[in-house]
Amino acid sequence: MAAIDQPLPARPATIREEFSWSAGLYKWVATVDHKLLGLMYIVSALVFLVIAGIMAAVMRLQLAFPNGHIVAPDTYNRLFTMHGTTMVFFLGMPMVAGFSNYLIPLMIGARDMAFPRLNAFGFWMFLFGGILLYFSYIGGSGLTGAGSAPDVGWFAYAPLTEKPFSPGASTDYWILGIFTAGIGTIASAINVIATAISMRCPGMTLARMPVFVWVMVIDAWLILIAVPPLTAAQIMLAYDRFLGADFFNTQAGGSAVLWQHFFWIFGHPEVYILIFPAFAILSEVIPVFSRKPLFGRPAMVAAVIGIGFISLGVWAHHMFAVGMTAWSNTFFAASSMLVGIPTGIKIFNWTATMFGGKLRMDTPMLYCCAFLLQFLVAGLTGIMLAVSPFDWQLHDSYFVVAHFHFTLIGGAVFGIMAGLYYWFPKVSGRMYNERLAKWSFWSFVIGFNLTFIPLHFAGMLGMPRRIYTYPVGRGWEGYNLAASIGVIFQILAVGMFAWNVIYSCVKGKKAGDDPWDGWTLEWSTSSPPPEYNFEKVPVVRSGRPLWDLKHPQDPDWKFGQ
Amino acid sequence: MAATVTPANVAAIERNWTLPDRGTVGILLLMITESSLFTIFVVAYLVYIGKSLSGPYPKDVLEVPIISTICLFSSSLTIVIAEKALKRNELGKFKLWWALTVLLGGEFLTATGMEWWKLIYKDGLTISTNLFGTTYYSLVGLHASHVVVGLFFLLIVMTASLTGFPIQHQERRVKFLSWYWHFVDAIWVIVFTVVYVIGR
Repeated sequence: MAAIDQPLPARPATIREEFSWSAGLYKWVATVDHKLLGLMYIVSALVFLVIAGIMAAVMRLQLAFPNGHIVAPDTYNRLFTMHGTTMVFFLGMPMVAGFSNYLIPLMIGARDMAFPRLNAFGFWMFLFGGILLYFSYIGGSGLTGAGSAPDVGWFAYAPLTEKPFSPGASTDYWILGIFTAGIGTIASAINVIATAISMRCPGMTLARMPVFVWVMVIDAWLILIAVPPLTAAQIMLAYDRFLGADFFNTQAGGSAVLWQHFFWIFGHPEVYILIFPAFAILSEVIPVFSRKPLFGRPAMVAAVIGIGFISLGVWAHHMFAVGMTAWSNTFFAASSMLVGIPTGIKIFNWTATMFGGKLRMDTPMLYCCAFLLQFLVAGLTGIMLAVSPFDWQLHDSYFVVAHFHFTLIGGAVFGIMAGLYYWFPKVSGRMYNERLAKWSFWSFVIGFNLTFIPLHFAGMLGMPRRIYTYPVGRGWEGYNLAASIGVIFQILAVGMFAWNVIYSCVKGKKAGDDPWDGWTLEWSTSSPPPEYNFEKVPVVRSGRPLWDLKHPQDPDWKFGQ
Repeated sequence: MAATVTPANVAAIERNWTLPDRGTVGILLLMITESSLFTIFVVAYLVYIGKSLSGPYPKDVLEVPIISTICLFSSSLTIVIAEKALKRNELGKFKLWWALTVLLGGEFLTATGMEWWKLIYKDGLTISTNLFGTTYYSLVGLHASHVVVGLFFLLIVMTASLTGFPIQHQERRVKFLSWYWHFVDAIWVIVFTVVYVIGR
């Protein structure tokens, strides 16, 4: 045994590991390492982003001019259904899981998540759900030969999804795909909370936990509460479709509104689940690029908890046009506007963090600035739509489409892009090309705003959402053409981003362990981090352990932070 | 206050550092998310009480399952006794009370099966008959499926302990299983109240 205690001789650098496809594949399929799983989540999310983005581009091509007939009406229905479903469940959700998986253990000084195998289970369930959904393009016609992909919209309102109205198997693929992915999401959420509670390194009290981790924990908490209602509603719908149950069968006395309630009890918290990663990322990126600690840290955490809490009681603002009682409308209008308070706190605090700071305008920071402006617009149109009489006018119009694309692209995706650029050097060990990244950023900003600002006006002029074409003379032509031209810039931006990532992974400059002069623990280990994350589990004494290490004369813990 | 983090106070931080057990947190979170799932089924049941357009109606066909309910509640007691015995390393006593828990759980499941058999074949109530059938079979069935999962794991533990597997080293996992079983019991309180008290 004595020989084992001897240090191993250093391996000569010239020996290259034999590359083998099967060993490589085995490594990725069998892994329980949180970093590899996090990467797989993010990469598959980006693949789904491209697929659903192409669908969006086809739809914009169709709508660029009046009387467009590039795709048939039923194909168009499938396009917007698959676009929405994919973007929400197979881009947004895996981004939540991917970022929390990769970063939480690194930020709290742990060697892995609390349940590594559950983590792998969650990822493969998610991916299987996605494949199941897309398999509907091949297998969706079922035995009755009707339909291809689902065409029921991403919220799949019953009773329109009942068997008589949606024959064939395509809707079943929607149910089963989302159901399966939902189980994976819940598994990952349990893991995130258990990791943050039970795996923190010595000295990392909850008060010292990075705000990123805090936000992702609240996010996981929302997933635990909000995803099961969708699962339950999908089980009911499956009973209706397969066993002839009557949950949403109006002929047997079932309710035509119940699905909407159940769906939005999930669906509204869901949009906060999607935006929280952006909140989390901004709370890390803005302080580092302003060279100041986050302004009002406890208020920021409290605001996220407040948003999480309020978001569970606002769902029926999606249903103002259904014909609820005046009291319900009033309640849900008021509660929806209440969300503006904690969100306002967040916007003000991020701005206050930048105020008087030594700003570095690298690409992650640019995305954060764009987020602040665009998300503000999204929030303001949100307040407008919360006023129920206003909503009656613009319900199901392009105004609503523009509003939620501002939150989910201008907000969520811009935040995620900031995060992708910010942690790219950590993950790959190499720096991305800053010039190309800035080109991509400006192209994205211009394209995004050119697409979605005009759609507000088209909506106010009465253009309903989900129409596959429109006649001349409604005054919508200019806005739609502008929107479609914007898509070209967005495609360019995504293309430059993809090229930047691929090229920099291979040929980028070495980034070093801490290119941004960061303060949280992930920057203290090597880039990319080793499988065990930290050679020695760190011990921390403040919320910015790396600051303490770099400034031994002026550590945070001296000031009780 | 020391100006730097000395090895001595690092050691002190490390020594005094304890966090909740990850398994405990995990099983509690599972219960929370399961409660959310059950809530929706309970709400659907409550919404549809008295909305069936045709019979059979609950008051005509439902009989209160008193004996099986008592059995299920007692099994929560027996599993606690078994757990205590395991903690004191009294394996014989553990096996006895554990087997009793399995029996009581099995009785509950059998009673549910008989009740369904009676409802389907004698009263002609299926999941597609009316809204009562739809909500009844989904809610009671969701609970019963949790009983099935619980029984499956109870049986694994029983088989393991009977074949001489050192179950006393798995005390933590047995505890989590017992918590899950209590949870299934607690859910039955709600399902029982909704289906047999309010809905009847």
